[in-house]
Amino acid sequence: MFSLATLALFLGMCIVLARLYAGPTLYDRVLAGNAFGTYTVLFIGVLGFLTGRPDFLDIALLYALINFVGTIAVLKYFRYRAIGDTSPSPKGKPVLHGNLKDQGYKH
Amino acid sequence: MNFFQIFVEAISWIAILGGCAFMLVGAIGALRFPDFWTRIHAVSVADSAGMLLLTLGMCIQGGFTLVTVKLIIIGVFLFITGPTATHAVANAAMVSGFLPKGADEFRKPKIAHDAKTRKLKAKKKSPLKGGL
Repeated sequence: MFSLATLALFLGMCIVLARLYAGPTLYDRVLAGNAFGTYTVLFIGVLGFLTGRPDFLDIALLYALINFVGTIAVLKYFRYRAIGDTSPSPKGKPVLHGNLKDQGYKH
Repeated sequence: MNFFQIFVEAISWIAILGGCAFMLVGAIGALRFPDFWTRIHAVSVADSAGMLLLTLGMCIQGGFTLVTVKLIIIGVFLFITGPTATHAVANAAMVSGFLPKGADEFRKPKIAHDAKTRKLKAKKKSPLKGGL
């Protein structure tokens, strides 16, 4: 039965990867990447039960943490073009550091 | 194996198979739906349901051990962060000017109505100006 669950989750992962490759916009890809992370967490858990060693759950938990932070980081990067300090300036726009200004980024 | 054990096993397998069905349906929806705003429904909602069911089934299989505690931690964390991440994606798409299909049609009459009322207000106000 766990083999069936593993197979179903693996199939779902493949389908979501196809959407991640074919997604027409950035947000489709971010969404598919987030879903792929969730699928991977569950896949690792089920695989641990399938092989009789449920110790992989630590890795699954770590993957869940990294997946969430990664999704938010990607979204923030494509919104502000910076991951670090994006505290708003008096005009309501994030402060651009010198390096980015020199490259001609405008918001 | 008494009746209670068989009952618990059956509930566990039903939960795991139902969760797998939800995950598969969500994945197919993510591939097949035509629009980003429909895809986000398929992925987010079905993933949350499938994740909860799969975690529940694995918890029942694990019994009263440390495995169950880890599974509960994973389930609670994913239950909080999954919808949050989906909301962040939707919010980023909305802010970047990526409107749902037909959203412009809902906005047009509102703007026209505002313009009409503004004109009416201006007409009403104009005689007052001279009087004051």
